[in-house]
Amino acid sequence: MTPPVAELTGAAAIDPGIDDVISNSARNRQNSPSQDQTMIINLGPQHPSTHGVLRLVVEVDGETIVGLAPDIGYLHTGIEKTCEAKFYQQVVPLTDRIDYLCPMTNNLAYCLAVEKLLGLEIPERAQYLRVLFNELTRIQSHLVWLGTHAMDIGALTVFLYCFREREQLLRIFEAVSGQRMMTSYVRIGGLSLEPPLDLYGKIREFLKDFPSKVDEYEGLLQNNPIWMNRLKGVGYLSPEDAIALGVTGPPLRASGIDFDVRRDMPYSGYEKFQFNVPTSTIGDVWARYIVRMQEFRESVKICLQALDGLPEGRIVADAPKIILPDREQMKTQMESLIHHFKIVTEGFGVPAGEVCSSVEAPHGMMNYYVVSDGTAKPYRVHMRNPGFATLQALETMCKGRLLADVVAVIGSIDIVLGEIDR
Amino acid sequence: MYEPSSAIKGKQAVFETYPENAAVKALADLATDAKFDRAELTITIDRANIIAAGKAVQQAGYNFLEDVTAVDWYPSEPRFQVTYHILSHSLKERVRLIVRLDSNDAAVDSITPIWPSANFYEREIFDLFGIHIGGHPNLRRIMMPEDWEGHPLRKDYPVEGYR
Repeated sequence: MTPPVAELTGAAAIDPGIDDVISNSARNRQNSPSQDQTMIINLGPQHPSTHGVLRLVVEVDGETIVGLAPDIGYLHTGIEKTCEAKFYQQVVPLTDRIDYLCPMTNNLAYCLAVEKLLGLEIPERAQYLRVLFNELTRIQSHLVWLGTHAMDIGALTVFLYCFREREQLLRIFEAVSGQRMMTSYVRIGGLSLEPPLDLYGKIREFLKDFPSKVDEYEGLLQNNPIWMNRLKGVGYLSPEDAIALGVTGPPLRASGIDFDVRRDMPYSGYEKFQFNVPTSTIGDVWARYIVRMQEFRESVKICLQALDGLPEGRIVADAPKIILPDREQMKTQMESLIHHFKIVTEGFGVPAGEVCSSVEAPHGMMNYYVVSDGTAKPYRVHMRNPGFATLQALETMCKGRLLADVVAVIGSIDIVLGEIDR
Repeated sequence: MYEPSSAIKGKQAVFETYPENAAVKALADLATDAKFDRAELTITIDRANIIAAGKAVQQAGYNFLEDVTAVDWYPSEPRFQVTYHILSHSLKERVRLIVRLDSNDAAVDSITPIWPSANFYEREIFDLFGIHIGGHPNLRRIMMPEDWEGHPLRKDYPVEGYR
């Protein structure tokens, strides 16, 4: 067993900042002849192709990668600590900022956890709308992935096309929640607002055009020899490594593991929808590209089913002590006014316990582990974000490949540093 | 609404109610306490047995480590709770293993030999909670700067930080 913590957590316990790669490299210098010396390259933290403030310390032999270590934490804002100081309902806006490309999935994962703690039943209409907006968020997030991934590799045009469609989606989000990106639309117990009536037509119009837009992206990329050469055979990840290194989402499915939280552990009524889970057994960057392109089409299918089957009813659960009352009621009914006052000033108590909710976010499996001690503030909120684990697989995917492939691999795992550093 | 009486608490009660559960079968000897609450199974393990328990659930089909995290129950003792979420791709269910640690000896063995993906998560616990991870390949701070003082997610660390 290990010695007590006091001796080990002092300043002396912490290695003064020398990366693994550098120490390994020093060993290389001692053991091998001088012409075999390797070089350390520092990629980032401010680098346009690292998708945020990610620092990679890369050891190269010529142009071949022999070691790679990610250095993260530049974007650490202590969101988990902040959550502990807020009421349950005040945490929702914080979750937007974790993975800023898919705010709705973050909101949903957190709300599902709190609803599980409370034992709240969510009306079917709210569940359908949650599914609808989650899938639109997935399309939006994948559009950013495709645009930036292609831009990193040198195909600049795709970026402009993707952001053209993304703009339409952001306008839909703005119409429904008042915000383009930090939506906070999904709330504990349901949704914040009923969508405006003309919105459904706009969403249908978007969904009708979108498959042809995906064809357009594929027309630009799929048969492009430069694109194929940069992607095929690069960044291979075996299924065993993918599981051992904690990879989830599209990279896991591209490595041949057929697991999707939406289908296998359904939440928010996903069991009522018919869709395929695209997989591939190739396991390289190209496979991840193909899997995500197919996910675009599957998401469109789910959205259409959600629109067609959208039931009538309320968008919030029947729990006046937890959900803010209607504005009109709050101004005319004494009881609603009291509930409103209590929720805003004191929050609501949540029965003690611990739960874990998981959703299939665009980047992979996202879990929220929420511990309650019975008060109105969460005792502990932990986010299991897909990118944090996937980043550990980066070295395995890049080793033995060329330095230029690192950029292609980073693009293919689709990381957002906001969710990694939290 | 949630009924606190619906939770099944205690090793014997849980193991008798769900004898067919794969994790229950695998951990019959190693579990010290168990809880089945809100459709989630939680099994408490002694810290000396965490590697054995990890191997046992891995063989039982729980192939995927989702995350490792900790909870600080300051000022009560045992102060720390290390939580492991382990998922089974084939059974489509998860089990939560917890290990409780006293504040004067907050150390637990690393499970990176079983699941290499625990690497970053255990570094995070070391960094933010100050729990020592024995046998970890690269135990350094991950989020905070190397020269940072204190462990921010401990409950006795102020939300605004020290000034």
